[in-house]
Amino acid sequence: MMNTQEIIKVGMADLNTAVYPDILTTLGLGSCVGIALYDPVSRVGGLAHIMLPDSTQIKNNSNKAKFADTATVLLVEEMIKLGAVKERIIAKLAGGAQMFAFNNTNELMRIGYRNIAAAHSILEKLGIKIVASDTGENYGRTIELYTEDGKLLIKTIGHGIKEI
Amino acid sequence: MQNVDIDMLNTIHLDVLKEIGNIGAGNATTALSKLINKKVDMEVPKVNILEFKNLADILGGPENPVVGVLLDVSGEVEGMMMFVLEQRSAHVLVNILMGRDIHHISEFNDMDISALSEIGNILTGSYLSSLSALTNLSIVPSIPHLAFDMAGAILSVPAIEFGKVGDKVLLIETEFAEGIDRVVGYFILIPDIKSFKKILTSLGVSV
Repeated sequence: MMNTQEIIKVGMADLNTAVYPDILTTLGLGSCVGIALYDPVSRVGGLAHIMLPDSTQIKNNSNKAKFADTATVLLVEEMIKLGAVKERIIAKLAGGAQMFAFNNTNELMRIGYRNIAAAHSILEKLGIKIVASDTGENYGRTIELYTEDGKLLIKTIGHGIKEI
Repeated sequence: MQNVDIDMLNTIHLDVLKEIGNIGAGNATTALSKLINKKVDMEVPKVNILEFKNLADILGGPENPVVGVLLDVSGEVEGMMMFVLEQRSAHVLVNILMGRDIHHISEFNDMDISALSEIGNILTGSYLSSLSALTNLSIVPSIPHLAFDMAGAILSVPAIEFGKVGDKVLLIETEFAEGIDRVVGYFILIPDIKSFKKILTSLGVSV
């Protein structure tokens, strides 16, 4: 019998996990960053769509999935519950674009860069290696994480489709 | 009370915010109508309070290709103003302005992009100046910035601003349509949380 492959959507400021053969996807990433984690042995995947870099800088921080730091920690915990082993988890990053060409010095408009930097920093702290990324630039991305082999498919408007 | 909690707004507050959309977008659609010399109809404005994950649904889903013109708003009212057109509508509008066949579709060239920015600038300017006149508050728009991309990616910019203070976005959305050639677009005013109280108070509504 064939396994039915489900596509699990992750919204903005949201995270979710999946096991083989399911696919995790998040649509229309702009300045937000998609943090895709994968354990190639247990074939457990996790995807977070974070909006902001740092939960400690914000008073109202109850939604852990909104911040790079708390989302990554929670995502790893959820993956371990499904049989992932932390030491085996690898990461791929996408997003963090600067959607509008505002002056670069504007703090708000640099949020994409800050989200990417925050993702790097928390992954390093957790000892998780970033094996590939497609970040920055000025365009939106839809991403799909395949639990079959950890492939991350990136779709754009006018900037092609790629696999990392 | 320093800030207004989005969830604490009552129906009177929401009605007032809707009226702002009505007056602002009313002036802006009149400006558009003059610009293209065609009749433009406006829908009843909606005040939407949305969770981040549902935000892009107002523009046909996160992957829907749209043209967005974004302005930063500063002065006594702070926040962002967006003028959004679905891709097809943006092509039609540019074709009308450039005197081309309205069904002509090719990639936007520099001239098209500059025209769309300028339309966004004129229309949002007209929206904001009527709001300023109504409330007696100074409203200073930045220069317009244009992006052509997925609705979700474009809306992530204002969403992140709201993300700093809460888990929901409040926006005043007004849809307009030009009947014959079906140009459909949206004006979206996204006031900063701090600005709600100022707007409402200036209109004599207690918060």
